Amino acid sequence: MNWQLLPQFAITGLLNGGPIALIALGIVLIFKSSEIFNFAHGQMLLIGAMTTWWFSADEGLGLPLWTAVLLALAVSILLGLLIERLTLRPMTGQPLLSIILMTLALGQFLQGLTILTFGTTQRNFPVIFSITDPYRITLPFTYNDNPIIVILKQNLVWSFVVAMVCVIVLALFFQYTRTGLSMRATAEDHETAQSVGIRINRVFGISWAIAGIIAAIGGVLIATASGLDLSLSIVVLAAFPAVLLGGLESIPGAVLGGLIIGLAQGLVGLPNNNFFMGPEVAQAIRNSTEIVPYVILLIVLVIRPDGLFGQKRIERI
Amino acid sequence: MAVLRPAGDFDTSYEQDMSVIRKRWQWVALLLFLAALFALPAYAPEPAVSLVNRIGIAIIAVQGLNILTGYTGQISLGQAAFMTVGAYISALLVGQAGWSFFLALPVAGLGAGLVGLLFGLPSLRVKGFYLVMATLSAQFIIPWLTRNTFPNLLNGAQGMNVPVPVIKLPVIANTCFLGTTFDPETAVCLYRFATPNEFIYITLVVLIISTVVALNISRSRLGRAFISVRDNDLAAELLGVNLFAYKLRAFFIAAVYAGVAGAMLAHNLRHVNSQTVGLIDSILFMGMLVVGGLGSNLGPIFGATLVTLLEELATVLTPILITLMPDIAGGATAALRPLIFGLALMLFLIFEPRGLAYRWTLIKAAWRLRPYAR
Repeated sequence: MNWQLLPQFAITGLLNGGPIALIALGIVLIFKSSEIFNFAHGQMLLIGAMTTWWFSADEGLGLPLWTAVLLALAVSILLGLLIERLTLRPMTGQPLLSIILMTLALGQFLQGLTILTFGTTQRNFPVIFSITDPYRITLPFTYNDNPIIVILKQNLVWSFVVAMVCVIVLALFFQYTRTGLSMRATAEDHETAQSVGIRINRVFGISWAIAGIIAAIGGVLIATASGLDLSLSIVVLAAFPAVLLGGLESIPGAVLGGLIIGLAQGLVGLPNNNFFMGPEVAQAIRNSTEIVPYVILLIVLVIRPDGLFGQKRIERI
Repeated sequence: MAVLRPAGDFDTSYEQDMSVIRKRWQWVALLLFLAALFALPAYAPEPAVSLVNRIGIAIIAVQGLNILTGYTGQISLGQAAFMTVGAYISALLVGQAGWSFFLALPVAGLGAGLVGLLFGLPSLRVKGFYLVMATLSAQFIIPWLTRNTFPNLLNGAQGMNVPVPVIKLPVIANTCFLGTTFDPETAVCLYRFATPNEFIYITLVVLIISTVVALNISRSRLGRAFISVRDNDLAAELLGVNLFAYKLRAFFIAAVYAGVAGAMLAHNLRHVNSQTVGLIDSILFMGMLVVGGLGSNLGPIFGATLVTLLEELATVLTPILITLMPDIAGGATAALRPLIFGLALMLFLIFEPRGLAYRWTLIKAAWRLRPYAR
């Protein structure tokens, strides 16, 4: 075990968990209000990032970056509302399989639409945070008398900060605004919410619009860090286990799940040549970043099927 | 629906009551249809035969999924992962160990079935959406294992080449029968299933077997237990259906079908790696099942045929799209495939959620009642 590099990999992983948490949050948000698991979230992410690129790039409209981001948010809100109205409202009352397949089909459809509109080429996403001069932090302790220095890319730190700000804003929104409260009421029980005068369809629409915003922000954050091409929609696959790890209905759970997944992904990347089973196993472990979330998921499903904070379901015949 | 018969058409014996194909003309029609399929290489161009091959392999995979999802109600996004297992087992047995393909095929099925059991284990504790996630994890873990473990055997991400299936027959009276050719090296008669025109016979024979097995599973004790688990698992358990055992059996059968389909795919493409079938194929199989009709034996056949044809439509439309939008060039097929499939599946889910098989029974019923009500 390479203790010298451990803090570096742990902190990088944790920071990488920020955007994952934000994506997981977008999925939880929709699940909480309407019990729909949005498999198309990756494509919403992709569309958010692609429209931002198009509004700001010279090949597109060439607008200033902040205008581009705002316009992309508007597009994403519209997209969220359209998705809810056109594809998921007709599915009300349908079995789980139909709804799962609907969002999967929607994801495929949006993927095709994105390729049709923007092509398959890799795009130069505008640089939001400086990439040349990373932060250097010296930790207040040493290992074998060597100081431990953690080097962090600016975009990593700021993506994490933006993601966490979004999480806090959403938490406040749910706690203190009328709309937020009505969304929580709807999540609790559809019929009761309806009987106190909440318009459920409007709540669904709003949750999809907010999910659209979150997806667009997440897409922009990830595109600034790792470039923009079609593989952006695959990033979301790391967030699915985060959602289940935290429990499907829990917002703090989604955030914690995202951070745990990020941390785990960071830790397996740690160089560990003399780790316990020889260099080949060590190499395989280092290559396992993509499946670590799913291994964690399997363990969670067997030990705690409802996740860390999920609701326990009681079944009756 | 099924009992809607013209007046005076009664079953007079137990055999008649239990038979799937009841009328002599139905037997004739079925045999004619099969004969037309087997004679396909004689009159159809090779691309069409190749398409039929692909449809056949897809049908087998979807039949397995139908038993798991359609009858037992356990949603799985891991079918393609189990296909990968079958493909690798067969590639290893035939390519490295020198087995005959026809021996390796069932072994590949069984091997995939055992892996399927492993990923079916969470079904005891979780269901519905959580189970989807458990099977989805198979979709990531299994291809990863083929890329990162046993590099000498599995050859990492490059994968391996898969030999052509061969039948060896002894030389009888100095001549080779059944279209085989004499191989001077080993002094036996060989038949190589190298081109689609030859591979189609494997596809059709396995397809007939798999269809008969699926049909009989669905109308036996096993199938009825599956259906009871799907309709209400707690009630089924109270009636004496061992939930865990039956769920695992469903997972096993589905993975066996996937393994067989995967082995056939590997030998058809003559190459296998971790990308041969992936998550997108699992989604496609699920889409085929819904388009065709869940919990119906005709469903997989209708669904796999229609969806594969739609994929083919995407390839056909590609040149047209390129002339319309020259910018897209390389991405035309990549854009059209998910677009057409996604749209078709969404339309089916909204307007025909019970699939083509249900529409087919409606059409049959309407035909029997003609010229009265539709």
